[in-house]
Amino acid sequence: MAPHPQTWLKLLSQGLYCEPGGFFIDPLRGVERAVITHAHSDHARPGHAHALCSPATRDLMQARMGQGAPATIEALSWGERVTMGGVGISLHPAGHVLGSAQICLEYQGSRAVISGDYKRTADTTCDGFAPVACDVFVTEATFALPVFRHPDPLAEIRRLLASVALFPERTHVVGCYALGKTQRLIALLREAGWDRPIHLHGALAPLCAIYEAHGVRLGDLRPATVAAKSDLVGGIVLAPPSAVADRWARRLAEPVVAVASGWMRVRQRAKQGGVELPLVISDHADWDELLATLDDVGAPEIWVTHGREDALIHAAGLRGIKGRALRLVGYGEGEEE
Amino acid sequence: MIAFADLLERLVFTPGRLAKLALLRRYFATVPDPDRGFALAAITGALKFPTAKAGLIRELAAARTDPVLFDLSYDYVGDLAETVALIWPERPTNAATPSLSEVVATLASAAKADLPAIVATWLDASDASVRLALLKLITGGLRVGASGRLAKTALAELGQGISADDIEEVWHGLTPPYGELFAWIEGRGPKPDPRHAPVFRAPMLAHPLEESDLADLVAAEHRAEWKWDGIRVQLVATQGGRALYSRGAEDISGAFPEILAGVAFHAVLDGELLVMRDGVVAPFADLQQRLNRKSVTAKMQRDFPVHIRLYDMLFDGAEDLRRLSFDERRARLEAWFARTQPARMDLSEQIAFSSLEDLAELRHAARAASIEGLMLKRADSPYVPGRPKGLWWKWKRDPLSIDAVLMYAQRGHGKRSSYYSDFTFGLWRGDELLPVGKAYFGFTDEELVMLDKFVRNNTTQRFGPVREVAKSMVVEVAFDAAQLSTRHKSGVALRFPRISRIRTDKPAAEADQLETLLALVERS
Repeated sequence: MAPHPQTWLKLLSQGLYCEPGGFFIDPLRGVERAVITHAHSDHARPGHAHALCSPATRDLMQARMGQGAPATIEALSWGERVTMGGVGISLHPAGHVLGSAQICLEYQGSRAVISGDYKRTADTTCDGFAPVACDVFVTEATFALPVFRHPDPLAEIRRLLASVALFPERTHVVGCYALGKTQRLIALLREAGWDRPIHLHGALAPLCAIYEAHGVRLGDLRPATVAAKSDLVGGIVLAPPSAVADRWARRLAEPVVAVASGWMRVRQRAKQGGVELPLVISDHADWDELLATLDDVGAPEIWVTHGREDALIHAAGLRGIKGRALRLVGYGEGEEE
Repeated sequence: MIAFADLLERLVFTPGRLAKLALLRRYFATVPDPDRGFALAAITGALKFPTAKAGLIRELAAARTDPVLFDLSYDYVGDLAETVALIWPERPTNAATPSLSEVVATLASAAKADLPAIVATWLDASDASVRLALLKLITGGLRVGASGRLAKTALAELGQGISADDIEEVWHGLTPPYGELFAWIEGRGPKPDPRHAPVFRAPMLAHPLEESDLADLVAAEHRAEWKWDGIRVQLVATQGGRALYSRGAEDISGAFPEILAGVAFHAVLDGELLVMRDGVVAPFADLQQRLNRKSVTAKMQRDFPVHIRLYDMLFDGAEDLRRLSFDERRARLEAWFARTQPARMDLSEQIAFSSLEDLAELRHAARAASIEGLMLKRADSPYVPGRPKGLWWKWKRDPLSIDAVLMYAQRGHGKRSSYYSDFTFGLWRGDELLPVGKAYFGFTDEELVMLDKFVRNNTTQRFGPVREVAKSMVVEVAFDAAQLSTRHKSGVALRFPRISRIRTDKPAAEADQLETLLALVERS
């Protein structure tokens, strides 16, 4: 009989630990061996000695973390399998951001898949989520409430473009994080037919270059920081949310502040952030996608890392799936959405 | 309904008053009658559907959703109508999205038993944005991010030489969908004549007096009165009827029948509604018992007797006094009062003073709980609707403050939903913490984020939506007055408590003792 994953996957203060393999998954502090799902800072923390991840995640981590990047990084391509302490490890696309992976662990005939963050909606900037059948599925639950149902992202982008047309004398500035959301917005804008230059806050540019290096075409990108105010009138600027609310935004002409995030679905939450044009565009699975994923992977048991775990565990229970909350404090901070 | 829902959504997110006005103007200029008239009614709160209630919406949602998931969602979103709008699992339908007029007509006429099926069909035929507008309309909770006043201002801007106050003065004689009003504004018809309807007149409001304003004030040019801790009302009695209005033009007659019962005159009066017993003003908490009620029992009337303290007169009979100076109006008010001897009313006392230093002294010494501070009014000021600069001032007493420990937190509603923004704080009695009040504001947006984060990371217990937090965060709470209360375990109630500062520098053990607060209680 195959051992239940709870006998070989333990929850320690540093995070989820694979005991026979001697490695952590997305550990919250620096460790000897880490397997990393994706390069967002709440999952890829500095200070690990050795790391295993996808090639794109490796490049993104090295670009972002500098000295804090793991001393050695081994990159696995999709589906390639290595073994550590008798534990088979393979990576499968999670569809969250470039390089984001689900980690599939196999030990003595039992299989656990750690999804990291994921989404199911099509995204031209990263490989799409591939369901892997397993005994335990470790899932996020960022948007695990039935009120979160993300609309078609292209329709949201068209709302942005309609607003640009309505206020040609103003600059539309979209608050978005540097890794993932920025490149996805650019790709969606291109898909919607916006072929004019897109101006970027300085913090967003370096990772765009890595996306380009991995074959994601983003078109004409220019620095917003050195642009003349008049060049930005009627245009679209992308900037980190913190900069939008800061003095930095004073360089923009009468800005219309948009924010692209799944949280924008809840009106009052959007309003709290001083957003004038909320765009519901998310890099996480919405409620329907989470439930569809539970059905797709067919695991009899799920572990929920972070988010609204109570709702997802309840809904899993209604489907006859056992649920357990890991409550990994530290995920979902800083960079998510 | 789609244009209306779109307007509401834009208004909610648009911060600027000018941009809001532009949105409203565009809506009124492009949407035809009668839809725009019903929209105006919805924004001004003139639509009421007695058969449709929040309970109906809850039941509709319950029939289509899992109760646990619904409760978790409601707790997160913080607003019933929005929760239902977002969670609603549509069933395919051929029905078209209903128009606003259709919704209004149906809600006004449909039998209560038929409503659930009708509303469910509407929700199926709508997107989340229209669903939210529909549900807000049905429950009467339409907070649109624009006041009725702003809507009237936008409307006035569509006309030639018409002001929002002009609209206000005919408003209470009109009914939705306001065809007559739109015709007048668009130059297609005469100004509606309210005839003798008891219409509301925009009240004159005061500016807060800052220290820096003091230097420019000349004592002899001003009159002073106490600022009482009640609610501002306008009593209107004309040939066509009588009504009691709140400062926001809301008709509150139903809640205070004894006031209107005693009216045997024609006048428009401005004053403060107070609970009074034997000539003594009761704490605001007593008046609160009488507010926000549609009707009132005899017992309530007996236990919390209301009274109007008059301070101005807008009309004496049919004569408009608003162009007269404050002193002239005051003389008219006094003469009228002596002549009429109205029941349940008295005159706001004028305070004698010779210098602003005198007044500052008086303000400082005023310790009765029901006094909020002083009002200063220019002797020559006409009665100007709105908040004209430099004519009337409110000079509140300096706030009191305590250092309290954060004990519980709850997510806010409305703008603050999904943030822990409602805080219960307590003071020490020995080594026990006793809750003494709740505060929802006073902090900056940055401080709110910090408090929210503190709550999330330091929750020790959950009681439904309420989180108990580790007793380690000290906040400075400012408040206008402390009053004895039998309804609080601590025995004291605070007026206008707000979190004025976060004291990360102070350990919880050094927060104030309850007796420090009790020493600040004022006996009226």
